[in-house]
Amino acid sequence: MTEQNQPALETREVIRHYTMGDTVIRAVDGVSLRIEPGEFVSLLGSSGSGKSTLLNLIAGLDRPTGGAILAHGNDLAKMSGDDLAKHRSLTVGMVFQAFNLLPRMTLEENVELPLRLAETDFDMRAGRVRESLERVGLGKRLGHRPSELSGGEQQRAALARALVNRPKILLADEPTGNLDSKTGEEIMSFIAQFNREMGMTVLMVTHEPQLAARYTQRQFHMRDGKLAQNGAQP
Amino acid sequence: MKSRDLMELASRNLRESALRNSLTTLGIAVGIASLVAFLSLGIGIQHLAQSRLEGTGLFNTIYVYPRFNRPGRGGRGGRGDNSTVPQLAPGQIKNLTDETRAQLTALPHVMEVFPELRFTSDLRNGDTGHVYGAASAPASANGQGQFDGMQGTFFSSQTAPEAILHKDLAQQLADELKIQPAQLIGREFTLRYPKRVAIPVNPNESPEDRAANDEFGAGFRVDPSEIKVKIVGIVENEQAGPGGLGGVRILLPLTLVEQLNPVQGSDVRSIIQSPDQRVYASLTVKTTDPKFVPDLEVAIKKMDFDTFSLFDAAKSLHKFFAVLDTFLGVFGSLALAVASLGIINTLVMAILERRREIGILKALGAPDRDVRGLFFAEAGVMGLFGGGLGVFIGWAIGRIINFGMNIYLKSQNIPTENIWLVPLWLVGVAIAISVVVSLIAGLYPAARAAKLDPVQALRYE
Repeated sequence: MTEQNQPALETREVIRHYTMGDTVIRAVDGVSLRIEPGEFVSLLGSSGSGKSTLLNLIAGLDRPTGGAILAHGNDLAKMSGDDLAKHRSLTVGMVFQAFNLLPRMTLEENVELPLRLAETDFDMRAGRVRESLERVGLGKRLGHRPSELSGGEQQRAALARALVNRPKILLADEPTGNLDSKTGEEIMSFIAQFNREMGMTVLMVTHEPQLAARYTQRQFHMRDGKLAQNGAQP
Repeated sequence: MKSRDLMELASRNLRESALRNSLTTLGIAVGIASLVAFLSLGIGIQHLAQSRLEGTGLFNTIYVYPRFNRPGRGGRGGRGDNSTVPQLAPGQIKNLTDETRAQLTALPHVMEVFPELRFTSDLRNGDTGHVYGAASAPASANGQGQFDGMQGTFFSSQTAPEAILHKDLAQQLADELKIQPAQLIGREFTLRYPKRVAIPVNPNESPEDRAANDEFGAGFRVDPSEIKVKIVGIVENEQAGPGGLGGVRILLPLTLVEQLNPVQGSDVRSIIQSPDQRVYASLTVKTTDPKFVPDLEVAIKKMDFDTFSLFDAAKSLHKFFAVLDTFLGVFGSLALAVASLGIINTLVMAILERRREIGILKALGAPDRDVRGLFFAEAGVMGLFGGGLGVFIGWAIGRIINFGMNIYLKSQNIPTENIWLVPLWLVGVAIAISVVVSLIAGLYPAARAAKLDPVQALRYE
């Protein structure tokens, strides 16, 4: 299969079980999905349905109990720890509900962090950081710390950090969950813009069906660790 | 992550908890200071002992004696294990003569060979005589510990009619002259001594008499003689060994004594063994370096002479100080061991506090080795600064104690000493130990941080 025909993301019967005492919790239970390059897809479900666990598996933050996860044809389940770290660094960018910026670093330093981890040349870093922050409208807030920004600005900074290594896939875990609706719309507009203009594949976890319907091309619904509705094209 | 990034992030993390990390670093510094203080004391004492012993000139010295066959004794005084030394048949015993002296001088790495000349003398102060033993001192004796704190100077030359007195004799003379002992320096006294004069062969001797005398030669006679000597120095120490007083009260230049040719105790042996030439009781061989002593001893023994040196004693001394330094090092390290627990505690606390941050780093693509490296770097930086500070504190403790001790020594009219020595290698070793111990202490926290589950860490509040 050529790279062009490969899906950006594919899961095949992915299982993630946890054992708590004698009880086995089936957080993700045989999920198969396929997302094409450049798609903007959402993963919906109630709390505890397993959508964030699936996102963590796709991000390479966790390993599946069974099944396969392929990102541009590479099986994450077969990757070494270092290769998974490389996947998180270069293939995917992540934004979280809680922003997860480092509070003691400035925006510039926060956005530079993925470049440090990817061992990007020192002389390229300043330009890449500025470009990313300007893309989310924070070009003049380089020296500010997260605590000096609003929630929306912090999430924009987190988006800039996710973009700075120019990944092919953006994984967003309830990116508007901590924001009011107006700010949430603003963040969604930025994500949609990256998808449209940069051709970035986006997988977004959300529990807001209206938001998903408005911005994403397909929606997957999860319930009790399984896909309840296989995101058909609307 | 690149090393520069690692160090920048580690430094930033250390600055964030400045107080806690400073206290941990101070703990390491105290540990290293204790180690440096103990070791520098050991090194200082060793240096002091070694310089004192080397100052005697005994460690590059071999004493050479004629080999005697005595039942139950291997050589002179039974020194050393001479069981392997071949016994000489009667009549084969070799005397130490001027020819022997020349042969020994020709051996490799020999600096000088000189006899120990001791004779009875009478130092005259007007009509009052002072009968004391006199000895010769070679030029190489100058600068040895014997002459530490000497009033006056060493001999101006090896042929100068000059004398150095022991302070007891100087005090006696000064009391008689009603002056201070120091005022003796520059004064001339008459020294009487028994001169050995060879008896020439009598040309009128009948052939029968000459045949009878052939075995013993013409022999020598003893004439009373005297010389004017100028006092140039007064010494307090009474050190044994070549050039040392070792029981005598007057020292004279070696060449001068040889020219004076006084009768010595060993000359009685000369009369029966070799009346035509001088026979020495012992010869002293000085080597260019103590390390040549063992080989030279073997070479001299092959020449059928007995030898004695302090080389083995020096080796024992090194062993003793190695053990002492080990003990001091172990005691000094105890504080460092406690300090390393402080590092573990600080870093484990840091993991708890920075759990979420570790999760974020991993989510952004940090491999386990970067997280481990970050904690390692933090431990290493604390070790480096703690080591540097510890060396300084250890050095300062030594200086302060030295200073106090020297004030006391001065008050007791004892020459000051430097018993705390911090050589450069100790600085390097102490800092290296500090860094290595800190890194070892950082092993567990770093491994724990690297193994953190990023999903769990990101959930942590």
